[in-house]
Amino acid sequence: MKPQGLFSRTALVFGLVFLYVPILSMVVFSFNNSRLVTVWDSANSPTLKWYSALMSNDQILGAAWLSIKIAMISATGAVILGTLAGVALARFGAFRGRALLAGMTTAPLVMPEVITGLSLLLLFVALEQTVGYPSGRGPLTITLAHITFCMAYVTVVVQSRLVGFDESLEEAAMDLGARPAKVFFRITLPLIVPALVSGWLLAFTLSWDDLVISQFVAGPGSSTLPMVIFSKVRLGVSPDVNALATIMVLIVASGIVVSSLWMRYQNKRRERDMRLAASANL
Amino acid sequence: MPRFSAHAGRRIVIAIPTVWLIVLFLIPFIIVFKISFSEVRLAMPPFAPLLEWLDGKLVAIKLNFANYAFLFTDALYVSSYLYSLKVAAISTVFCLLLGYPMAYAIARSSPTSRSVLLMLIVLPFWTSFLLRVYAWIGLLKSNGVINNVLMSLGIIHEPITMLQTDFAVYIGIVYSYLPFMILPLYANLEKHDLTLIEAAADLGARPITAFLRITLPQSLPGIIAGSLLVFIPAVGEYVIPSLLGRTDQLMIGRILSDEFFENRDWPVASAVAIFMLGLLVVPIMLFQHFEKRTLEAGK
Repeated sequence: MKPQGLFSRTALVFGLVFLYVPILSMVVFSFNNSRLVTVWDSANSPTLKWYSALMSNDQILGAAWLSIKIAMISATGAVILGTLAGVALARFGAFRGRALLAGMTTAPLVMPEVITGLSLLLLFVALEQTVGYPSGRGPLTITLAHITFCMAYVTVVVQSRLVGFDESLEEAAMDLGARPAKVFFRITLPLIVPALVSGWLLAFTLSWDDLVISQFVAGPGSSTLPMVIFSKVRLGVSPDVNALATIMVLIVASGIVVSSLWMRYQNKRRERDMRLAASANL
Repeated sequence: MPRFSAHAGRRIVIAIPTVWLIVLFLIPFIIVFKISFSEVRLAMPPFAPLLEWLDGKLVAIKLNFANYAFLFTDALYVSSYLYSLKVAAISTVFCLLLGYPMAYAIARSSPTSRSVLLMLIVLPFWTSFLLRVYAWIGLLKSNGVINNVLMSLGIIHEPITMLQTDFAVYIGIVYSYLPFMILPLYANLEKHDLTLIEAAADLGARPITAFLRITLPQSLPGIIAGSLLVFIPAVGEYVIPSLLGRTDQLMIGRILSDEFFENRDWPVASAVAIFMLGLLVVPIMLFQHFEKRTLEAGK
């Protein structure tokens, strides 16, 4: 092997170890009996006591449920708005306000969260004073904030998927007399379904994970899961957080395995269909 | 009238996301800008109005530059701005030094292992960012995993202080933002024409020369995009320095949220935000430029 290849491969292995050791350490210590999170109590471990502690912690369960609800609504809203923006940017050519829309959909990708959070809170306060809506801050304002920063990501995903396809299919349908709405629902939408699915999952994860923006726009009494975790870990490490992390890793890992198996199955089916179509043509 | 409805449909498709973003992204910045010039007062909301109206007539505009003057005269703000820039810059360099060879190795591996490796890079991103940062507390603590392992191996005899240092913040930022560095680099490196490298080798160039003269210059857009994706959010990072960082030197994101939540000084918090934005405007516009180029490259 060339020295260059050896060096980059070593870096790759090192990088992957670096990425996974912290996650593995949380999984391992979630089964530790000792309250001292990093000292392995081999006499009484492994134990599931932190998992049962977690399951009876109403504050965490309530916050998790609130976070799931917010993330599902935010992801759905972000996919709808992000798809409209992505279609406009990828398919409508030059239109008035294009630069504005393009700028407003890429800036949130890198905007520091403290700035986004502060500006959205000040907006909600100003809206409450002038129009009286939304009154107070809570799940509604968190959801509105999450839709806004998640839609930027969905826009990028949808736009790059659409740019990857040429417009000939849509143009052909137009030439055959299909109306724009029909073209969108029969041709464009099916083409970008994979982008919508990954955009939704991305938006869900971003919303589910967000701490800083939520902290700014949440009212008293509406604590999302990251807010509860943050206030817990600020006081020091606590073993039931390890258990929570392990459950989340398990869900994500199994989700990824299932989706990659499903994609492999879909690819196989497509290949089989293509072979069938090819043999029918003979 | 199909032509008319097509036109109207297009306008609706453009208008909905544009209006949404104007209301929830653009106008908020204008409000922050406005409040950064007002005076703090004990009320809800805790700032004085800029414009004073009497019988429908504008009688006074009270522009208060004190908040900005405060930022430049108080050593706390100046030092935390400089510190944030330093931490973000150093972390970005480390991220690049680790991410570049990783992206390179993935781009040059076989197509099947490529997709597995990419999945391994992205997978941690799907698990909670907060929890992954928290995991480092357990690793870096004085009685944490790393110190315990090193002591039991006899490499060190007393624990090294790693938590609440700059080092811990660099680790946290590199760790959290590594996928954002690798993905644009990979997207760039994967497209390279390898025959150029072969030609260089045929002409007698050593691998390192070929890398420095061909691969590195060609990957510059990837390097810039990845670095900006790490640097810009890192400047305003709040969670990582709060959990892993020093307590005697705060980053600007922490200052902003403390001004807001602890001191309830909304005008100063707004001025901090506007000044941070001012520092980041050039990098953000640069990022938009590169993002636009990659998004429209397919056309």
